[in-house]
Amino acid sequence: MAERFTLKVNGQAHVVEVDDPSMPLLYALRDELQLNNPRFGCGLGQCGACTVHLNGVAARSCMVPVSTAAKAEITTLAGLGTPEHPHPLQAAWIEEQVSQCAYCINGWIMTAAALLKRNPHPTDEQIKTELNSLICRCGTHGAALRAVKRASGSV
Amino acid sequence: MREEIDTFNFSRRAFLSAAGALIVTAALPENADAAFGSDRKPPLIPDQLDSYLAVERDGTVTVFYGRIDGGQGLETSIAQMVAEELDVAFPRVKMVMSDTARTVNMGGASGALGVSRSGMHLRACAAEARRLLLEGAASALNAPAESLQVSDGVIRADSGKQITYADLIGGRYFDSKVNWNGKYGNELVVSGKAKLKRPADFKIIGTSPRRKDLPLKVFAKLDMVADVKLPDMLHARMIRPTVAGAVPVAVDESSIKNIAGAQVVWIKNLLAVVAPKEWNAVRAARTLKVTWSESHPNFPGHDKLHEHIRSAPIVKTEFPVSNGAVEEGMKRAVKVISGEYEYPTQSHASTGPACGLADVKDGEATVWTSTQKPHYARDGIANLLGLPAEKVRAVWMFGTGSYGRNDQGDATADAAVLSQHLKRPVRVQYMRHEGLAWDPKGTATVNRSRAGLDASGKVIAYENVSKAFSRLNTATNEGRAAHVLAGQLLGVALEPEQSFEIPHASYTFENGRVGWEIIPPLMDRASPLRTTHLRDPYGPPILFGSESFMDEVAAATGEDPVAFRLRYLTNPRDRDAVKTAAEKYGWEARPSPRNAQKNAAVAVGRGIAFRRHFDTFIGLVAEVRVHRDTGKIEPMRYVCAHDVGLIVNPETLKHVIDRQLVYGTSRTLFEEVRFDDKMVTSVDWLTYPVLHIDSIPQSIEIHLISRPEAAPSGAAEMALGLVPAAIGNAVFDATGVRLRRVPFTPERVKAALA
Repeated sequence: MAERFTLKVNGQAHVVEVDDPSMPLLYALRDELQLNNPRFGCGLGQCGACTVHLNGVAARSCMVPVSTAAKAEITTLAGLGTPEHPHPLQAAWIEEQVSQCAYCINGWIMTAAALLKRNPHPTDEQIKTELNSLICRCGTHGAALRAVKRASGSV
Repeated sequence: MREEIDTFNFSRRAFLSAAGALIVTAALPENADAAFGSDRKPPLIPDQLDSYLAVERDGTVTVFYGRIDGGQGLETSIAQMVAEELDVAFPRVKMVMSDTARTVNMGGASGALGVSRSGMHLRACAAEARRLLLEGAASALNAPAESLQVSDGVIRADSGKQITYADLIGGRYFDSKVNWNGKYGNELVVSGKAKLKRPADFKIIGTSPRRKDLPLKVFAKLDMVADVKLPDMLHARMIRPTVAGAVPVAVDESSIKNIAGAQVVWIKNLLAVVAPKEWNAVRAARTLKVTWSESHPNFPGHDKLHEHIRSAPIVKTEFPVSNGAVEEGMKRAVKVISGEYEYPTQSHASTGPACGLADVKDGEATVWTSTQKPHYARDGIANLLGLPAEKVRAVWMFGTGSYGRNDQGDATADAAVLSQHLKRPVRVQYMRHEGLAWDPKGTATVNRSRAGLDASGKVIAYENVSKAFSRLNTATNEGRAAHVLAGQLLGVALEPEQSFEIPHASYTFENGRVGWEIIPPLMDRASPLRTTHLRDPYGPPILFGSESFMDEVAAATGEDPVAFRLRYLTNPRDRDAVKTAAEKYGWEARPSPRNAQKNAAVAVGRGIAFRRHFDTFIGLVAEVRVHRDTGKIEPMRYVCAHDVGLIVNPETLKHVIDRQLVYGTSRTLFEEVRFDDKMVTSVDWLTYPVLHIDSIPQSIEIHLISRPEAAPSGAAEMALGLVPAAIGNAVFDATGVRLRRVPFTPERVKAALA
């Protein structure tokens, strides 16, 4: 039985119809709403490539049922900032030329953005603790750390 | 979409103005349009200048690059090289990468040859285009070509008259030949009549414009291959056995009947489920009941793999370096030292599980892929589907990093087979377990070294032998159906090659032998442990052994590891790389291990490793802290001296080296594919641990050695191969204990220290 949910994504409401209310939010964003930026990395909550914000808190959209997400304000990387009005992390990411393939980029920027919202001036250790559950295979971790520090105004 | 996906009938003629072509400044004589360029689009063959670049009507320049950018900045660096020779501003240059309908096969991503080969060829093409444009301008402006000045695509005569590249040829074709050596891929060479600029005249090469792709990625405006949506497309998931070698014998299609739109595709041994909605394909893959055949692969298991390698029969051996008489030298030696080093099986372990799309209909196929070698993938898919290669188009798109010949070509081939069967566009994405358990693997290796010393401590005989699975059991490209999982599951005859390699023989010994021995694969067909190129294909396994062993010999002779290396290095660029790394680190000359740390809970040490690969010369010093109680190695400081010849983009080059030293640290400290007698058991990020941000080196310093007069070499993978030996040598310096097996997990280090 198909069920309908209203998802509020990047300030816009969308109605999606799904066969399975336990379907992860990731598939609704990608398939129903064509919001490609959260990406499938593991489906296990181990890598972060699918990270979005639910009410400003970083969440792995591969683990959140669409039925749960329907109650929250959802923000994706595409809704975080624009070239004209970049989020400080987006600007810092370009300054530090962080990413290589960037398949993982949603996890890093969205997780760090949620951290900076809670704690605008985190220490190195706090940043590392927050970002330690993210996978990047290109080896951009150190550059990401520098970018988060730059964005937090501590560089 | 960033780059619109063109149709097969792409034609730049569509962009021509109604007037027929030339929109020129007043200075241009009216009959000039007949003189220069052509409206005829030459065929896409490598001896045509138009196969490599085009000047558009708006004055932008399109480069047709038959390789790819895996995220290391080649799109930017290649554009710089073309902008330099053509004398246009860098932002004007746009890149089209490895769409087989628009680019010639220049080799894909391979051997870090993007800049050194194809970049240089495209420079030659840009210089040739500039030469032709100046000829055209000379006639248009009534001035000798030598007297003309060019700046950002505007050609000026002494008279003050001027004409732009766009005026001359915008939207049209040079229709002019370049010299082509008749080869494709890495071997393709093209050149023109024009001379290349001298380094003293560079304005763009040697500067550091920022990566073109990065803002698109940061603002979520770049679609990757995983993001392509085709009308009427089906999502597919492959069904893999839980015991390697097992094939489906019965499939209960009713087990997925409650999942909307889900259906089974079963062709010979290839099994998949498809559904219009991706989540339903995932659910169907989890739910489908399959009976598999009995299979007993009898794998040795990862713990006993190196025992297996030692005792396995040798199917091929080669000694590319053999000088003097090694055995005689060993006999003359007053002391013979030997050391063995073990390197594990490693996975490409891409962040994104492989994805590919295919639309096969009416005897034609288009695939969207982020394989490293799209032209070969086109050939292999033609081979797999029984179509002529010219009826298959592969469109490359950005995707997850591949780090060698990963599984993205396999996913693309799966999609092609399913699309042909279903007569619908199909998107395949693997699940996490497939991305680790089923990608082609980097081979495990046992590296054994011997050195014979005379009474003065001089090495008079040296031997290094790597025993491993073939690096080409599965080819480095998907150019034949035999080299993709789909082909192997459909029964295509296998085409393994037996090959390994040796590193560049930089050290000179009066009697030396360096070679390799290949053993048979653990399973010959559709094996989750099939072996191929993993980034820096044979660097880490061999250099871990050979560069650790150099330190072992230095320690045995009581010599400083830097001084010891320099004794056997004669090439000035070799020596500079070693010396620069040591100097910048502040290397104190003394033998290892460092004394007076026997009882320290945390021991500090430094180690050096060196290599030359092609004409890239790298010295790496690593400083580590070893925690005796836990066995944890903390990388504190890396100092890397890097000589790549001509440097195109220094900042991007530093980033490339920085990121790969972190990646190399992951390979050294964490990565090992685990398997039991039946199957790979590394199926997620818990069972295939990789480096996280808490384990990065505290500092990485990169010192670029600039040699603008030397040809540019590659940089995309060479530094990472030094990390295992540099860390291993640092641990020895700290503790006096030699680590002989990668990865250096805390358990192993603790056991070694006990």
